[in-house]
Amino acid sequence: MTTEYFRWTEYAWKNPDKDWQKADTLVAGIDVGSVSSQAVVLADDEIYCYSNARTGSNSPDSAKNALGMALKDTDIKQENLQFVVGTGYGRVNIPMSNKAITEIACHARGANYMGGPTIRTILDMGGQDLKGIHCDERGKVTQFLMNDKCAAGTGRGMEVMAELLQVPIVDVGQMSLDVEEEPPPVSSTCVIFAKSEAIGLLRKGWTKNMVLAAYCSAMAHRVVGLLERIGIEKDFTITGGISKNIGVTSRILKELKVDSVPLKPDPQIAGALGASVFARDLLLKSRK
Amino acid sequence: MFNRLLRRLVILPGYIANYGYTDGSGDYYIIVDTDKCDGCGKCVEACPQDILEIITDDYDDLVVTVKEEHSKNLKYVCAPCKPVSGPVELKCQIACPSGAITHSW
Amino acid sequence: MITAGIDMGAQFIKVVILDDGKVTARTIIPTGFEPLEAAKKALDNAMKEAGISRQDIKSIVATGAGRKSVDFADSSITEVTADARGTIHLNPSVRTIVDIGAEEARGISCDAQGKVLDFAKNDKCAAGSGAFVESMARALEIKVPEMIAISLKSTKEAPINATCAVFAESEVVSLIHSKIEKADIAHAVHDAIASRVSSMVRRIPVEKDVALIGGVANNAAIVDVMQKHLGTEIVVPENPQYVSALGAALSAAS
Repeated sequence: MTTEYFRWTEYAWKNPDKDWQKADTLVAGIDVGSVSSQAVVLADDEIYCYSNARTGSNSPDSAKNALGMALKDTDIKQENLQFVVGTGYGRVNIPMSNKAITEIACHARGANYMGGPTIRTILDMGGQDLKGIHCDERGKVTQFLMNDKCAAGTGRGMEVMAELLQVPIVDVGQMSLDVEEEPPPVSSTCVIFAKSEAIGLLRKGWTKNMVLAAYCSAMAHRVVGLLERIGIEKDFTITGGISKNIGVTSRILKELKVDSVPLKPDPQIAGALGASVFARDLLLKSRK
Repeated sequence: MFNRLLRRLVILPGYIANYGYTDGSGDYYIIVDTDKCDGCGKCVEACPQDILEIITDDYDDLVVTVKEEHSKNLKYVCAPCKPVSGPVELKCQIACPSGAITHSW
Repeated sequence: MITAGIDMGAQFIKVVILDDGKVTARTIIPTGFEPLEAAKKALDNAMKEAGISRQDIKSIVATGAGRKSVDFADSSITEVTADARGTIHLNPSVRTIVDIGAEEARGISCDAQGKVLDFAKNDKCAAGSGAFVESMARALEIKVPEMIAISLKSTKEAPINATCAVFAESEVVSLIHSKIEKADIAHAVHDAIASRVSSMVRRIPVEKDVALIGGVANNAAIVDVMQKHLGTEIVVPENPQYVSALGAALSAAS
């Protein structure tokens, strides 16, 4: 089997200090994206456990897999979950969910939970689309912009580049910063053409790091152009898989001249976390 | 309905939805001001390409949206209504009684 | 009078040598990563073929995306102008020209003299250009000529929604996994590109006759679906990939 450079390791995390049996509400949010799927379990208003897995060939299995991974080291059974909200690209096809909510609303809610009520602008860089979201102090969406056609600037585009240069995708960001001088960005926003441009640059004698730097900065520039359509209001934060690529994020922040609020524990679970917060709200509302 | 009234009374910021994308050749967006949109559906009838639909959004308001499969190809589906010579008022915009729809050009 | 036209395409460089309105040489070589060197070589090859030397050529006109880089050309014209000139020379009844190249597609409306009246184009997006066909052929693991041949035999519709070549590639892969016939996938690929190009072309007045030029015009499957999408018959001139270079050579002669 050949190396798959786009692969990253799936993982799960469990809160060691919390006892779910004592919680009044136990709910989950599942985000089935185009590339990765996450599940978050919320015990009362605290994260109890979460997972981040690769999306498989169909949404129901991907959702089951993500939830299974999150629950693996816990003694929670699926029937213990009192309410489940599904979100993401595959949200309408999640068998265990009680309700589907769009990823835009969920990302805003999740970023608001992790980053606090001062978050106003969220950039979600997902596997196959880019979203710019404005929200109010409660995490309610006030404006959004979705770029869902072109792979440029998305995780999928980054995978194509990682495969081409045979660089593990998790190393792309750091390598792109490891250059003596920032090279000019690649001229094509289209991934297909950027790919042939990259081959040309390698033949010209550019190092892989330089090509990655040129690609990351083109990607950052494109994202900034997109964000300018809705404007940036502070505080600003970035969610989604590409938020972990420091080569792209540092260039975006430099061009925008803003800081981003770091999201703990994990910027990639914002959608699933937001879905779980919605789930808790809906559960409490139904009890009244 | 009540939600919308409340939002107007307390002057919360509007809710603007941008459907579409930017690619190597430009920007292709349909922008809906969901505060102005009351989900009457006149634009849905007016659109010759049948790309719009009325949905209940995440906050329980009736609003118009671009069908998911079409938000990815606005450049192509909206092209027949858009002359190269420059911006004109489009069928969906003329049909809208509250001026909630704008297009990027 | 002998003139030369050079079309600096994204993927291939085409050269046409014209002697008093008659084509005496046609050459094509890949653009590669040194376009200027490639252009010189393409011109050299063409001169050899025509049996002439550099001094015999009165004027050289460049066109195409990389036209500015040709420092030995006497002047340059846009692809749109070159397309119109070349097409009308070959086929005076044409009023609408569709040019699908490796990285770009254009629709041009012109008059009987080859004057451009209106045009629309799609640049730097692989969807709706020759690059799309190639990357889909790679995903299908077949060569482009085979893809064209099987596409013409397709009997069923297959869904391809993506308007981005990168995403369409994943769709093609998942169609293969769900055991859809390769012929039907190939047809869907051609249909996708034709629907994109024809929607763009409809931004200009589409009048008969309609010609399809550029390298992709050699693809019979695309010609077939384009006719359906535009609802009219399409003429493909001989050597459709040289039409732009011919237009440049004609412009050099006037």
